[in-house]
Amino acid sequence: MKKEVNCGEFLESLSDYVDGILGDALCKEIENHMADCEDCRIVVDTLKKTIYLYHETASKTTIPLGVRERLFRSLDLDDFIQKGNLLENDVTF
Amino acid sequence: MSEGNQQEFSLPLLRVGDRAEIARLVDAYSTNIYRLALKMLANPQDAEDVLQNTFLKAIQALPKFEGRSSLSTWLYRIAANEALMTLRRRKPEIEFSPTIDAIESEELALNEFTNWCCLPEGDLISSEAQSYLDQAIQELSEKLRVVFILRDIEKLSIRETSEALGLTETTVKTRLLRARLKLRELLSVYYGERLGTEKI
Ligand SMILES: [Zn+2]
Repeated sequence: MKKEVNCGEFLESLSDYVDGILGDALCKEIENHMADCEDCRIVVDTLKKTIYLYHETASKTTIPLGVRERLFRSLDLDDFIQKGNLLENDVTF
Repeated sequence: MSEGNQQEFSLPLLRVGDRAEIARLVDAYSTNIYRLALKMLANPQDAEDVLQNTFLKAIQALPKFEGRSSLSTWLYRIAANEALMTLRRRKPEIEFSPTIDAIESEELALNEFTNWCCLPEGDLISSEAQSYLDQAIQELSEKLRVVFILRDIEKLSIRETSEALGLTETTVKTRLLRARLKLRELLSVYYGERLGTEKI
């Protein structure tokens, strides 16, 4: 009788699995298990989505212009403030 | 590294304090460092202080920078330290608490099996959802939070994260798994409720 992987065993390998760095054998075991286990499929899908959402929403955060300006002043780089601003505001048409 | 930060910098110029090269370095990484600080501290003023201190310290230390890790990993390391010090100043009584490392030996368990992946993108990233994401990440202990931010938000590799935090790769992986599972669970509760209201 073939040994079944249960949901618990699977848990420790979950991060490596979603990162695609899990060894082939274990990867296959997990995929076989997932084929019969809806809960684990949902866990994997929602885990991937969780990571995606954090990255996606955070990547829209850029440094506010005022924060950048004060940073440059605090570093005595006042004379370089303008250059970056010009690039960012360089919206013609 | 994520984003368009694959720029090359001249270490000799940085080491001798070339201001134009330093300004270029600051512009290349200030958004990443600010974002790390903001996610760690959930306070824009504190994040700005961390940002300024990170670059002040980096510029002072550049003449001695040996390049054993990449510039970006080195900057993240300084910034992570600054952020953690800020957190410890806020609640010094928690420092050295013996219970902190219990997080890693605690048994892992799975809860919440709602499949909310199918929610429309508009619901997943609404401004209300985004503030929930910010709130949820604050529920992680600082040790888990910093690992999750570097690896999953800033997209450092496991190795870069371990270099930035002075931790072994095994410890990074353990903390990352715990952080991810905890956030998945918190998000499942939140989006599960949205799913419930959608059906009505
Ligand atoms: Zn399962």
